[in-house]
Amino acid sequence: MRSFYALLSGLIFGIGLVISGMANPAKVQNFLDIFGTWDPSLAFVMAGAIAVTALGYARVLKRPHPLAHTMFHMPTKTDLDPRLLSGSAIFGIGWGLSGFCPGPAITSLSLLAPGTVVFVVAMIIGMWAAKLFGQTRATQLPA
Amino acid sequence: MPTEFTPLASLLGGALIGLSAVILLATNGRVAGISGIVSRLLPPDADRSGLTQGLWFVVGLLIAAPLYKLTTGTPPEQVISGNYPLLIIAGLLVGFGSVLGNGCTSGHGVCGISRGSVRSITATVTFMLTAGISVYILRHVVGG
Repeated sequence: MRSFYALLSGLIFGIGLVISGMANPAKVQNFLDIFGTWDPSLAFVMAGAIAVTALGYARVLKRPHPLAHTMFHMPTKTDLDPRLLSGSAIFGIGWGLSGFCPGPAITSLSLLAPGTVVFVVAMIIGMWAAKLFGQTRATQLPA
Repeated sequence: MPTEFTPLASLLGGALIGLSAVILLATNGRVAGISGIVSRLLPPDADRSGLTQGLWFVVGLLIAAPLYKLTTGTPPEQVISGNYPLLIIAGLLVGFGSVLGNGCTSGHGVCGISRGSVRSITATVTFMLTAGISVYILRHVVGG
């Protein structure tokens, strides 16, 4: 059942991205371009997503465990470490330059636009490099 | 290039993204952060316990756009840069940065903010700011 729920969740996520217009990098870049061809749509996507998620999460997290698993896998870090800030800053630069973040990029991959394929290959290399970097750092700096 | 302001479609699409996040937490107990889900599929230390779930989630993402095209008869509108070197640099930055910062627009921007996480609010403000500056430089300083 876990596979089915994951598939269903991924499909609804992808459909939501497509309907919201966020699979179009130009629309995302226009949201970020306040001094140019500004398109506020992304704020509405965030508002809709956060409203539903905040209400749903609050209800779900009152339960002892999820339907198909023994426990919730929630992020546990609470500190504002340099990695969070530098990583987010680096991610934002790439997001602005391309108009793609990971969700819309993977969703668009099946439409096979050459630019999307190029972006996703580079993105996966970047993710892999960050994991390697994280591992090296972890072995150098004993916790 | 201007795009049409679509408040209703965007609100509806956003609500569906939220629904997806709630379903994933209510069933599998997982946060719907795409950079996390994708990066956990990669070596080194690929997450074996969540591998199958992660793969199925990605399959769901991949069939969404073709399914939309099939039901509506029109493909989703997309204008993508033809500047491949720029896309390669951007892709590397998005991949590296989202993994280093433990999240992207979905993990921090949607799921994290929804649970009131200070880390996620800080991350979202940070990437919105650097993204805005990048677009400004790209379009108004370099691009002209």
